[in-house]
Amino acid sequence: MAKMNGAGTKEAAAGGAQVTFLEAIRQAMFEEMERDPAVVLLGEDVGVYGGAFKTSEGLLARFGWERVMDTPISESAIIGAACGMSYLGLRPIVEMQFIDFIVCAFNQITNFVAKGHYLWNAPAPMVIRGPSGGGVHGGPFHSANPEMYFVHTPGLKVIYPSTPYDAKGLLKAAVRDNNPVLFFEHKFLYRRIKGEIPAGDYTVPIGKAMVRREGRHLTILSYAAMMHTSLEAAEALAQEGIEAEVIDLRTLLPLDEETILQSVKKTNKCLVVHEDTKTGGIAGEIAAILCEKAFDDLDGPVMRVTSLDTPVPYAPTLEDHFLPNAKKVFTAAKELARY
Amino acid sequence: MKKELTRQQYVDLYYYMRLNRAVEDTMVKLFRQNKIVGGLYSSLGQEAISVGSAYALEKKDWLAPMIRNIGALLVKGVPPRDIFMQHMAKYDSPTKGKDGTSHFGDLDNLHIVSPISMLGDLIPVMTGVAMAGRYLGQKIVAMTWIGDGGSSTGVFHEGLNFAATQKAPFVLILENNLWAYSTPVRKQVPVENLADRAKAYGIDSYIVDGNDVVAMYSAAKEAVERARAGEGPILIEAKTFRRLGHAQHDPAEYVPKEMRTYWEARDPITLYEKYLTSEKLLDAKSKKEIEDKIEALLAKEREFAENSPMPPAELAEESVYCTGDDCHKIRAKWERPVAEVTPPKSSVAAVWTVPGFGSGKGSGGANAPIHFGDAPAATEKSVSERKPPAKIATKTGAKKPLKAAAASASRKARR
Repeated sequence: MAKMNGAGTKEAAAGGAQVTFLEAIRQAMFEEMERDPAVVLLGEDVGVYGGAFKTSEGLLARFGWERVMDTPISESAIIGAACGMSYLGLRPIVEMQFIDFIVCAFNQITNFVAKGHYLWNAPAPMVIRGPSGGGVHGGPFHSANPEMYFVHTPGLKVIYPSTPYDAKGLLKAAVRDNNPVLFFEHKFLYRRIKGEIPAGDYTVPIGKAMVRREGRHLTILSYAAMMHTSLEAAEALAQEGIEAEVIDLRTLLPLDEETILQSVKKTNKCLVVHEDTKTGGIAGEIAAILCEKAFDDLDGPVMRVTSLDTPVPYAPTLEDHFLPNAKKVFTAAKELARY
Repeated sequence: MKKELTRQQYVDLYYYMRLNRAVEDTMVKLFRQNKIVGGLYSSLGQEAISVGSAYALEKKDWLAPMIRNIGALLVKGVPPRDIFMQHMAKYDSPTKGKDGTSHFGDLDNLHIVSPISMLGDLIPVMTGVAMAGRYLGQKIVAMTWIGDGGSSTGVFHEGLNFAATQKAPFVLILENNLWAYSTPVRKQVPVENLADRAKAYGIDSYIVDGNDVVAMYSAAKEAVERARAGEGPILIEAKTFRRLGHAQHDPAEYVPKEMRTYWEARDPITLYEKYLTSEKLLDAKSKKEIEDKIEALLAKEREFAENSPMPPAELAEESVYCTGDDCHKIRAKWERPVAEVTPPKSSVAAVWTVPGFGSGKGSGGANAPIHFGDAPAATEKSVSERKPPAKIATKTGAKKPLKAAAASASRKARR
C-alpha cells in the first residue's frame, strides 16, 4: 500500500484539535465512510487527485476504487447515479467540483431527487456538496451562491455552515439524514478559518440556527462567510454602544423560524446579511416571515445587506464592490439602530 | 432470430402482450368516461418491446418504465388495478393520487424506479442502481427504456457514457417508434440506426424488430446475461412505430397514411399469434382461456379501481420529507463481505495506472479494478492480455478473451 502523506491511516481521522474548515469537512467524510460502508463518494477528480481543493485527500487510499469514484464531467449523470445508488440503501456523497456547476444537474436535483419521497415514497439519502461563494477572484463561474434555487425546492434540505465545528457536525448529520441534503462550503473559509473540534463522533442538528453573539439592540441574521463579516461589524457596533445579536442560520431549508422570531421579539429590529444576490435571496423570505409572524414586534424596517444583483465580477475592484463587507453591514446596522 | 423457449414462456409472452393491450383498451374506455383525470398515453403496437424486454429480467433485477411501458410493469408483477388507479388519481394508487400514469415505483418488493416526465433522466439513475447493486454484491441488472426523441437529451449521453466508463450492469432499450410527439425521427437524429450511438460509448448494441416479441426477448435476454456477467452496459434499438398520437388528445394527422398502413399490418400480437398457431403452441381453446382470464381479471381490477376514493385534500401537505427510521428504515442489503470494501482490504494506492505507460509513481503496479461481484477482474484481465494473441485466435470457445485479444492485437499492429 502506497503512502499518501499518512492519509491512508486511521489516525488521520482523529480530531480534538484546531483544524481548518476544509479539514473539518474531510474528517466528516472520512469518519462517515469509516463508520458506514454504505457511504460512498463520487465526483470529478475526488479520487486520485483528492478533489480540486483536496477535501477528499486520502479517501481513495483508504476506502478504495469502489467507494471513491472519479467520474466523467457529467453533473447530471453523477447526481442521477447517486440517486439510483441511494434507492438501494447507499448514502452517496456527491462533490460538485465548484458549486456553480450544480445547475448543470438542476433537473436531476429538483425533479428527480427532491420529489421522490413525496410522489412515490422513495427517500433519496444523499449529500451534494461543493465549494461556493466569492471573495477569491474566481470570476462569474467559480464564485456562485446558488442556494436559493434549491431553498425554493420542497424535498431538499440546504445547509450552509460557517465554522469548522458546524461543518463537520452538519455534514455528518447530512450523511445520516434520509433526505437529499445540499451542503454548501464557502471556499473563502476553507483555509482561512480554524476552529477547535472535539475528538470523537458528534453531529450538529439540521434546521437549527445558533446565536453567535448576544445583543439587545438589533438582530443580525447571516450565514457562511458573511457570518464572520457580521461578527466583525458587531464588534465595531459595540464600540459605539450598539449591541447586535448575531445569529448564524446554518441551515436555510428548513429555516429555524423559532430562533429568528425569539431574537427579533427581543431586539425588535432585524438586519439580514448574505452574500447571495439581493433579489430572491433568503433575506426577502425572512422579511416576509417577520411581517407575518412578528409585525407588532418590529420597531423598524427589515433591512438587508447583500451582494449586488449582478453576476459575480472578476476584477478585485469589481468583486469588492459587488460583495457585502463589514463596513456595509456596520452602516446598515447603525441606520437600523436609529429607529 | 428465434430462440428456443419453453412452451410456458411462449404462452407467457402472449398472455402479457394481450394483458398489456387489454389494460390500455380498458383505460381508453375510462378516459372517454372522464374517469382518467389527466392524459393517457398508448403503447399500441409497441407491446412486444415492453413485454419481451422486461420478461428477460429476473425477479431481483430493477427496471424503470417510461410512459409507454405498461407491459413491462405488468410483467414485473404490478397488478392492473394499480395502473388504473394511477391514471384515475385514486387514493389507493401507488402514489395515492400524487402522480399519474406510469409514474410510480416500488423500491422494496418489485424493484421498480418511478420515471419523471423529463426524458433521459432514468439513464443515469438506473446506472446508479446498477452500480449500487454491483457494489453490494447483489448481481442485479438494471433496465430502462428511452424513445427516439428522448435519445436527443443531454442526460442520455451523460448517463450512457458514465454507465460505460463504469461498466455498469445496465441495459437500455431504445424504442425507435419513429415519432417524437409530432417530429419524425429524421428531424431528431441524423443517423439511420440509433443503435450506432453505442459505438461512441464503446459499448455493444443490438438492433431488433420491435414488433417481434421473441426477437425482442432473445436480444434482451442476451444483453441482460452479458451485463450480469460484467460486460458493461448494452444498448438495444427496437424498431417499431407509435400507432396512436403522442397522447389521447393527439389524432396524429402528421403521420403519413402509407406509414401507418405498413405498420398496422405488422401488429405484434397478430404476428405472434400466427407464429404460435403455426408452431402449435396455441390453439383456439387455450387462446379463449387466456382471453377469459384477462377479461375476468380486468373486470375485477377495474371495479376495485373505480371504487377507490379520491385522496383527502390534506394529503397534499404530507410526506415531502422522510422523517427518519419511523418513516423509512434505510439499510443496504449486503450480499458480499463488507470487509472487501472497508479498510484494511479496501486500501489502495491512490494513483492511476495507464495501460502501456506503466504505473504511476509509487504504485504497486495494479490496475484500478472494476469488479463485478466477486470476480477478480483486474488480475484475470492482465493474464489474458499477456497471452500471445495469435495463440488465442486459434482457440475456439472463450468468446470474450478472444475479442479482447483481437482488439489488443490490432492496437499493437497500428503502433
